[in-house]
Amino acid sequence: MAMLSVSDLAVSYGAIKAVKGISFDIDEGEIVTLIGANGAGKSTTLNTIAGLIKPDSGSIKFSGEELVGIKPHKIVARGLALCPEGRRVFTHMTVSENLDMGGYTRTDAENKETLELVYEHFPRLKERMNQVAGTLSGGEQQMLAMGRALMSRPKLLMLDEPSMGLAPILVDEIFEIIQALNKNGTTILLVEQNANMALKVAARGYVLETGKIVKTGTGAELLVDDDVRKAYLGG
Amino acid sequence: MTASKATTAQAGTPAASGYRSLSMPMRYLINAILVVVFLVVGELMIDGGVVSRYQTGVIEQIGIYIILAVSLNIATGYLGQLPLGHAGFMSVGGYSCAIFIMRMMDVVGVTARDFVTGSPAAVGLFVIGIIFGGVCAAICGLIIGVPALRLKGDYLAIITLGFAEIIRVVMQNIDGVLGFTLTGGAKGLTGIPSYTNFLNTFIVVAISLFLIHTMMKSRHGRAILSIRDNEIAAESCGVNTTYYKTLAFVASAFFAGVAGGLYAGCIGVMAPAKFGFMKSIEILVMVVLGGMGSMLGSVISATVLTILPEALRAVSDYRMVVYAVVLILVMIFRPEGLLGDYDFSMSRVIERIMNHGKRPEDFAPATTPAVEAVATAVASGAPSATTEKDTGKEASTHE
Repeated sequence: MAMLSVSDLAVSYGAIKAVKGISFDIDEGEIVTLIGANGAGKSTTLNTIAGLIKPDSGSIKFSGEELVGIKPHKIVARGLALCPEGRRVFTHMTVSENLDMGGYTRTDAENKETLELVYEHFPRLKERMNQVAGTLSGGEQQMLAMGRALMSRPKLLMLDEPSMGLAPILVDEIFEIIQALNKNGTTILLVEQNANMALKVAARGYVLETGKIVKTGTGAELLVDDDVRKAYLGG
Repeated sequence: MTASKATTAQAGTPAASGYRSLSMPMRYLINAILVVVFLVVGELMIDGGVVSRYQTGVIEQIGIYIILAVSLNIATGYLGQLPLGHAGFMSVGGYSCAIFIMRMMDVVGVTARDFVTGSPAAVGLFVIGIIFGGVCAAICGLIIGVPALRLKGDYLAIITLGFAEIIRVVMQNIDGVLGFTLTGGAKGLTGIPSYTNFLNTFIVVAISLFLIHTMMKSRHGRAILSIRDNEIAAESCGVNTTYYKTLAFVASAFFAGVAGGLYAGCIGVMAPAKFGFMKSIEILVMVVLGGMGSMLGSVISATVLTILPEALRAVSDYRMVVYAVVLILVMIFRPEGLLGDYDFSMSRVIERIMNHGKRPEDFAPATTPAVEAVATAVASGAPSATTEKDTGKEASTHE
């Protein structure tokens, strides 16, 4: 059984239909990516799964249980964490306070343990533990946002555009970390505009276009697919 | 006066070695001693006649405005919303506390004189009355907060402003329309015993500040702060944002009600006209001037802005001009408020002295040599490998 299975999900903002009935699923231990241009509905899909937006119709099942209609904070407690687009760290709090917030649904003892793990993946965060998050560089903020999402000990981690606005060197570093996290047993749903990088690390990918899934396949297949190459990989 | 602040005791943060810190009971003890010293000195000065009756009245008002400013600061500074109806909660608390005490005096056999001498029954009645006022205001806060907090920014400001006006109009007309003899209508509620004095004002202020401070330093406070910082991120961390927004709003209303209760006993007359829009603005100005999110800032600006109009009575023709000029100058030169979001901690100062002026950060690097080694390896090693990859990629795309 799939860990997360989304079926016929439709979401709209007022009169504008952002997602028009998409279905996909993720198995445990996979990295799955949703790629597509601006406005294809990728972030909307993630936000809907996380409970931040209410869908018009469709169902989202996580380990067999329905998520639609459940409050975001309860979804986090069930083991589904979203690392939102544009990082959104708590700029007035220090790095360690940010991470504390990430473990909000967990006990202090659990957090102490997870924190060590997060610092292992992101040694730079440990270095900057007492620094106010607003003064971190873009790459460090992205790491912090990911670390914060990890603090809730998610079974499924959803990453929304982790490479956005980062220097190529940092993008590589972030993707290496994503792969390392996956090896440690975290299932990952990755939304990316950087289709090249995303497809390289993903087991499977879905291509979204104006709210619909137009193509699906393994990462390697999509990487060499003519349409995908033309549309997202620059020929 | 603010209670101790845990600078080093964050979860997961290894305590910096060599840094000498105060234990929590010690911190509480130091602050408790300071509070008692202030209280005793104040009492002695009033009893000894160093401070006049008029000045005592002003001091009581300062205390009341401190609670008002600090409580509004929960909603503005900590939660990051902009409610404009604080005077409404204050009036609800004031009326309900005053009416409760006046009605109960006959029942428990307390006279107005007992409040001055401080008989146990009078003290009990005062405590229950103040809490009753706070609870009534908190209930109003809940009723207003649940629908209002769905809105943000300007919309929230206007809806709370509207509710405060409704409260004011209700206070003014409830007697006439429903035939009660409760609020005294537009004439106001008169004959309120002067149950407020320096001693109980001071104690209520100290308790309120302590409770608000403890709440904000707790896990709940952190959740409220995270909503101000970034609501979506807070939600994705698992914070129940609706609950905490309401909690902050209700707590804010509760303490406004407590302050209102003190106010009624201090002034002796409650008139709906006193709790108009301008009163809410006056309190908001104190919070903004002191610095949103700074408790000490609210305390200082509430003190200064209460004293200023009184001190300028000699030049009463110009006092509003001076008041306005002070506000404009502060906003031009310190737009984040006098203290920004800085908060004073007595324990931190003592810790600095104990450590010969060093801060905890000065000790931190020494504790993590291993981490630094890893970090530098990552910083220097890993990227260089990826740089090669990157240049290779670039070359291939150019083909």
